[in-house]
Amino acid sequence: MIDLKNLTIEKASEAMKNGEYTSVDLARAYLKNIEEKNKELNAYLEVFSDALDQAKKADEMIKNGKQTKMTGIPIAIKDNILIKGKKCGAASKILENYTASYDAFVIKKLKEEGAVFIGRTNMDEFAMGSSTQTSAYGVTRNPHDTERVPGGSSGGSAVAVASLMALVALGTETCGSVRQPASFCGLVGLKPTYGMVSRSGTIAMGNSLDQIAPFGKTVRDAEILFDAIKGEDEMDATSIESVLIPSREGKIIGIPWHLFEEGVDKEVMDNFKESVEKLKNAGYKIVDIKLPYSQYSLAVYYIIMPAEVSTNLSRFDGVRYGPRKDGESVNDEYKKTRSAGFGAEARRRIMIGTYVLSHGYYDAYYKRAWRVRHAIEREFENIFKEVDFVLTPTTPTPAFKLGEKMNDPVAMYLCDIFSAPANIAGITAIALPSGMTGKKLPLSIQFMANHFHEKDLFDIGKKFEEIR
Amino acid sequence: MEIKDVEKLAELAKIELSLDEKKNLLSDMEGILSYVKQIQEVNIEEIKPEYEHRNIWREDKIEERDFSGDLIKEQFPESQDGFVKVKKIM
Repeated sequence: MIDLKNLTIEKASEAMKNGEYTSVDLARAYLKNIEEKNKELNAYLEVFSDALDQAKKADEMIKNGKQTKMTGIPIAIKDNILIKGKKCGAASKILENYTASYDAFVIKKLKEEGAVFIGRTNMDEFAMGSSTQTSAYGVTRNPHDTERVPGGSSGGSAVAVASLMALVALGTETCGSVRQPASFCGLVGLKPTYGMVSRSGTIAMGNSLDQIAPFGKTVRDAEILFDAIKGEDEMDATSIESVLIPSREGKIIGIPWHLFEEGVDKEVMDNFKESVEKLKNAGYKIVDIKLPYSQYSLAVYYIIMPAEVSTNLSRFDGVRYGPRKDGESVNDEYKKTRSAGFGAEARRRIMIGTYVLSHGYYDAYYKRAWRVRHAIEREFENIFKEVDFVLTPTTPTPAFKLGEKMNDPVAMYLCDIFSAPANIAGITAIALPSGMTGKKLPLSIQFMANHFHEKDLFDIGKKFEEIR
Repeated sequence: MEIKDVEKLAELAKIELSLDEKKNLLSDMEGILSYVKQIQEVNIEEIKPEYEHRNIWREDKIEERDFSGDLIKEQFPESQDGFVKVKKIM
C-alpha cells in the first residue's frame, strides 16, 4: 500500500527510482481512489483510458535513467487546458465533444518529462464562478464536507488532490480560481506572476488576467510543478523568459487591515490573527500598510474580465466545432447555438462585457477601470519597496453550502475579494492552509509578492508549514 | 436599465432570451453594475497612465505546427469538401 495521504512528488520520485513501486503501481493506486470516490465527489469529468499506458512509458524512462522531477507523477488537468486528441470543453455545453487538436504549452512540457495525465477535471463553465456549481456537468463536492462547495472555478482539480485522486493538479486563475478552491480544500495553490506560464492551449476567459496555476498538498509540490510548466513560449506573446528572482529571504510582512475590516467570518479572522502571531514569533516583522486603490480591485475585475469574456466567447458560434442548433439563417443559428450552449453565468458576463464596451459606457467603465488598474499596479510596485510580502486571508469565509449564493451573483463574486488584487496587478500569490474551523473545514492565508518573486513565496510558505 | 436595453445587448451578443431570462438578466446586471460603479468615486485625474507594456513582434515565417488539420476538420458541425458549411449568407 502506498501512503497517498503523505505522498509528495519527491517521495514518489525517490520510491520509483529505488524500485519500491512503479509509476503504474502509483497510477493504479490513484485510479482505485477515483473508482471509490469520484461518483460522489464528481472531481473528474473524464478519467483517461490511457493513464496506465502513460505510466508504462514513464516507467521506461525511469528504467533508462531519464527520470526528471515530474516523471511518472499522476496529475489531474482542468477541463480548459488542451491535451491533443482528448476531449476538452471548459465544462460547457457549447464545447460538448470538442477534441483538442494540439497540446497546450504546459502539457507539452509535462509530456516531455513523462508526467501521467489521469483525467480532466470539473470546473465552473468557462472558469466563471467560485464554487464549481456553474459546470454543465453537475457540481463537485468538497471532500471535507460533501454538502459544501469545493470553491472554484478549478474545484475539480482541487478535489482531485484533496481526496487523493491525483498527486498534484493544474488549474487556471483569472481571479482566485486556484487560491480560493485551495483554501476551501486545504491545499497549497500558487498564482504565478502574469506571463510566467504560457497561456497557449488554455481556453481563454480574460486574457490580461488568465494564468495556469498549480495545486499541491505541500508548498514544495506546487513549486516543482510550477518549475515544470513555466517558461517563455512563442505561441503566447505575453509569456516571458523565466526571470525568477532568487529568494531574498525577506522578513517584512505588510498587512492591509483596512481591506478586511468587515465581511470576514470570525473563525477566518481569529485564525488569521493567530497565523500573524506565529509569523511574528518566527522572527518576521509585521507592519500595517494601506492600499487605497487595491480596495477597488474586484470592481475593476468585474469590468475588465467581462469585457474580455464577451470578446473571447464570440468565437463560439457553432460553425467550426461544438453542437450547432438549426435555424433559419446564419444569424439565427448563431443565436440559437449560443443560447443553448452558454449557461447563466456565461451569459451574464457576456452581457456585462458587451455593456461596458458599448458606445456611451466605454469611458465610464472600461477605460476608467484600466486607469484604476494602473494605479493598483503602481501601488503594489511601491509597497514592495517597503515590504517583502503582503498578507491577507485567502477567502472571507470557509467553504459554503451547495446552492448558496447561486441566485446572488454579487455575493458569489465577493468570494474573490482578496484574490483580485494579485490578478489585477499581475503579481504572484500563494494560498497556504492555516488551520481548521470548529466544523473541520480548512482555513487559509495568502501571501502576495512582487512580480517574479515566486521563490520568496515558496520560502515563506515552507517556513509557515513548519510553524502553523 | 430597461428590458429594451437588455434586448439590445442580447442582439449585439447574439443570444436569444425568453422574457423571464431577460427579466432575470436585467436584475442581475443592475446588481453587478451598482457594485462596479464604485470605481467612479476614484479620482482618476491623479493617475498617470504609464504604460510599460510593449508589443512583442516576430517575423512571419512558414513553420510546421503541431495542429492536426484532420482533427480540426473532423469537428466541423457541417462541412463540404473540407470546408465549413453554413446557411446561405446572401
